[in-house]
Amino acid sequence: MPQPIARVNDFVVKFANVNGSGSASANQLFAKSILRMGVPCTPRNIFPSNIQGLPTWYEVRVSEAGHLGARGGVDMFVAMNPQTWDKDVAEIEPGGYLFYDSSKPMPKSKFRDDVNIIGVPLTEICNQTYSDPRQRQLFKNIMYLGSLSALLDMDVAAIETLIGEQFQGKDKLIAPNVKALHLGRDWTLKNLACPLGIKLQRSDKVGDRIFLEGNSAAALGAVYGGATMCAWYPITPSSSLAEAFSRHCRKFRTAPDGKARHAIIQAEDELASIGMVIGAGWNGARAFTATSGPGISLMQEFIGLAYFAEIPAVIFNVQRAGPSTGMPTRTQQCDVMSCAYASHGDTKHVLLFPEDPRECFEMGALSFDLADRLQTPIFVLLDLDIGMNERLCAPLSWDAKRRFDRGKVMTYEELEAGKEFGRYLDVDGDGIPYRTLPGTHPTRGSFFTRGTSRDRYARYTEEGGAYQDNMQRLLKKFETAKKLVPAPVKRPAKQATKFGVLYYGSTAPAMSEALDQLEADGMHLDAMRVRGFPFSDEIVDFVRAHEHVFVVEQNRDGQLRALLTVEGNIDPAKLVAVLHYDGTPITARFIRGSIGKRLAGANVTPLRKVVS
Amino acid sequence: MTYLAKPKLRHPELPVNKLGYTRRDYEGSVSTLCAGCGHDSISAAIIQACFELDLPPHRIAKLSGIGCSSKTPTYFLGHSHGFNSVHGRMPSVLTGANLANRDLLYLGVSGDGDSASIGLGQFAHCIRRGVNMVYIVENNGVYGLTKGQFSATADRGSKSKRGAVNSDSSIDLVSMALQLGATFVGRSFSGDKAQLVPLIKGAILHKGAAFMDVISPCVAFNNHLGSTKSFDYVREHNEAVNRLDVMTPRAEITADYAPGALETVIQHDGSAVRLRKIAADYDPHNRIAAMTYLQERASAGEVVTGLLYVDSDPSDLHDSLNTVGEPLNVLGEAELCPGPAALEKLNASLR
Ligand SMILES: Cc1ncc(C[n+]2csc(CCOP(=O)(O)OP(=O)(O)O)c2C)c(N)n1
Ligand code: SF4
Ligand SMILES: [Mg+2]
Repeated sequence: MPQPIARVNDFVVKFANVNGSGSASANQLFAKSILRMGVPCTPRNIFPSNIQGLPTWYEVRVSEAGHLGARGGVDMFVAMNPQTWDKDVAEIEPGGYLFYDSSKPMPKSKFRDDVNIIGVPLTEICNQTYSDPRQRQLFKNIMYLGSLSALLDMDVAAIETLIGEQFQGKDKLIAPNVKALHLGRDWTLKNLACPLGIKLQRSDKVGDRIFLEGNSAAALGAVYGGATMCAWYPITPSSSLAEAFSRHCRKFRTAPDGKARHAIIQAEDELASIGMVIGAGWNGARAFTATSGPGISLMQEFIGLAYFAEIPAVIFNVQRAGPSTGMPTRTQQCDVMSCAYASHGDTKHVLLFPEDPRECFEMGALSFDLADRLQTPIFVLLDLDIGMNERLCAPLSWDAKRRFDRGKVMTYEELEAGKEFGRYLDVDGDGIPYRTLPGTHPTRGSFFTRGTSRDRYARYTEEGGAYQDNMQRLLKKFETAKKLVPAPVKRPAKQATKFGVLYYGSTAPAMSEALDQLEADGMHLDAMRVRGFPFSDEIVDFVRAHEHVFVVEQNRDGQLRALLTVEGNIDPAKLVAVLHYDGTPITARFIRGSIGKRLAGANVTPLRKVVS
Repeated sequence: MTYLAKPKLRHPELPVNKLGYTRRDYEGSVSTLCAGCGHDSISAAIIQACFELDLPPHRIAKLSGIGCSSKTPTYFLGHSHGFNSVHGRMPSVLTGANLANRDLLYLGVSGDGDSASIGLGQFAHCIRRGVNMVYIVENNGVYGLTKGQFSATADRGSKSKRGAVNSDSSIDLVSMALQLGATFVGRSFSGDKAQLVPLIKGAILHKGAAFMDVISPCVAFNNHLGSTKSFDYVREHNEAVNRLDVMTPRAEITADYAPGALETVIQHDGSAVRLRKIAADYDPHNRIAAMTYLQERASAGEVVTGLLYVDSDPSDLHDSLNTVGEPLNVLGEAELCPGPAALEKLNASLR
């Protein structure tokens, strides 16, 4: 038997549950009470594409140091699902802990002798206390939380406070839940040695940070950004974004007379969703859709129309593993290419890559300004990892003086004063023309919007010169977009280095942890987090300034790397792909291992082989 | 082919409407469709209807899909914003536009291929949501623009120009619209302006999903013997159930029809639609009876036209969504952005 793992405020607990058993709220209480103790922790849901009966997991990484990325490995398994027992038990680190319901005897062969076994007769206690089967199930969850509070030395008052908050308004439920909590806790304190080697200790590392899901934050960004129309079709992992928008709107967008200052349509499919968004954008309302890869595939034709006819639209793509239906409940960054070049013909689109809920909020709001300013579709690329998990992040903030940038919309007064209007006329040299909204002026400024080619005055033409003139202007507009998308974030190495690393989106926390570790290993890399496409000159310069640049992504084909070689005109040999795409969130362990292997030893040879 | 601007010569004696506009002010650029195409007659009827209703042209938004029919919005209402979207998807674009600004009039123009083939889904969902609009299908039974393939409204047994016989059942958009809850349903014929213009006017005055199926022969690909969408066939089999007169609120109602055969339907805005019955037993307020009647007459080979159904107290998508009275596209920061204080409160609840 190896030494039991002994670490304070630094371990991973994973819960195995049966989907639909009501475990989610107990597990969330576990994570939140750790945060209330001032200790950073990051939960991740791992769930099947099924409603009831199939296994789900909830993994909580506790990290006083504040590492929010997935770590890999499990120090304690709370094994509440007999179906997945063998696989779950095998995942525990040697010296780790296995927590299980010991009501029914289990053969010895089902255990490992290098992990510490903690049996609590949850079902037995439950059956003695409750008679209603539903209650037995629900309170069993709270009971194991009570038990863990004893084993991990959690602040039980914090848990009680959270239970009170959770059932606010349904006060009847507070006392029974607290009772169940103590049932588990008391039994454990009486019968087992508490606490374990892994345990919690009050700290002050959470600060004023908040804890929320990226999808909810993005939806809130849409509210703050002035979106009034949302059309969507349900698809994991994006549905909760549209649902959150609806919730936020009920709260923030209800006029004093009870009327709605928003319109939300659950469309018949993604074609209709994007069609409605385009119709609303054309007519001057800020509109968006939320979808995932399969929806993006369906929207292709319309996206090309919005690009070519220059109509503002915002598309939140909460990415999941493809291709096709792929792994619908697993995370990936696999739609970078399909969004960057969505639709037939020569098209290019603006992409934003938020790293966490706070940026989901900021970029969510910003996307509407960009869509209006650039008169084009804007893609906000979340993924399941940040979209559907609660994550610790800096509090959201908003400048009271901030105004919507509605872009170049010619007004009645301007038209009346005789200002020249050409819908596709580049008057300012930035490639962005003026538009008018339907209904503005009785005799001036009307035009015909179409997906066919047209001249600068929106008149239909198949004349090659006029077509090219327009296509060139669209390129110029894309050039303008470079300066408008969020600038990359640079993290220079502690000492001069010829190595760089580029990464984006949900990879950020694992990357910063890996950089710390690599640095401790004596390996120095300048790092840059890409936040938008088209790539700004700063990104291309960063690559030019280094001999080799790793590009860390969560997809098979190195999509951002490919985009860099094409759009940045960069020699592919310079860009070393580091790819993680099994559907689990990328870890610092993986990044450190992959990059460390190449940098190990003095004579670093550029590897073109892909690590995956 | 390029855009042809129409010469703006105004004849001093052209009649003007209440807004001081002549009929010419409702025209668009010169049509590039085949001479004699039914679609051009429908454009003319739209122009006439808008002129007679004294509608300010710029307060109309015209939207379409792709096809010869969908091209027509360029040929009427030159002072209106137009949107030629993608094939079969006009309904979603119109729905979004309507949600953004409830104060404009939305005129959706489509073809039978556009609405009954590729766009059947969007047609259906847009109708069932009750979008306040006038949705006109210019129905010729073929894909005109791609040179004469059968569309989904081609009747079973009808012959293509090359002699191929259509073996598929046809889709009747009028029956579907009735089943899906359209609150104004009409059918007409591009060759019957006297019937068509008042029907379009009625549809425009209707606050709700108004659907119009207008048989509109394609002279290039579907006007031959054996076609059930040719001028001759439709003239022979046209069975009008009623005739419409549309009057604005102030217009007096004169009883110059035989009593019992005349009915006045008051629309949402107070305007009156006067119905002169032709089929004595036809009741355009009974959705179920209308559906049955249509089925019966269709199996007898008749093309039933007229105002087929009207709900005199319709509601629309904005009613269902309970949206504010002002158009969503004019709301500003004050109404839309909750500001920093609300965010602080929210932050506090997320710790
Ligand atoms: C996605 C897509 N598929 C095919 C086409 C080619 N297409 C253009 S118009 C048309 C049929 C139009 O038929 P209809 O709506 O009946 O219009 P009509 O020309 O008869 O008035 C087709 C198939 C297209 N534009 N887009
Ligand atoms: S092809 Fe047919 S539908 Fe098209 S313009 Fe000619 S007659 Fe009209
Ligand atoms: Mg047709």
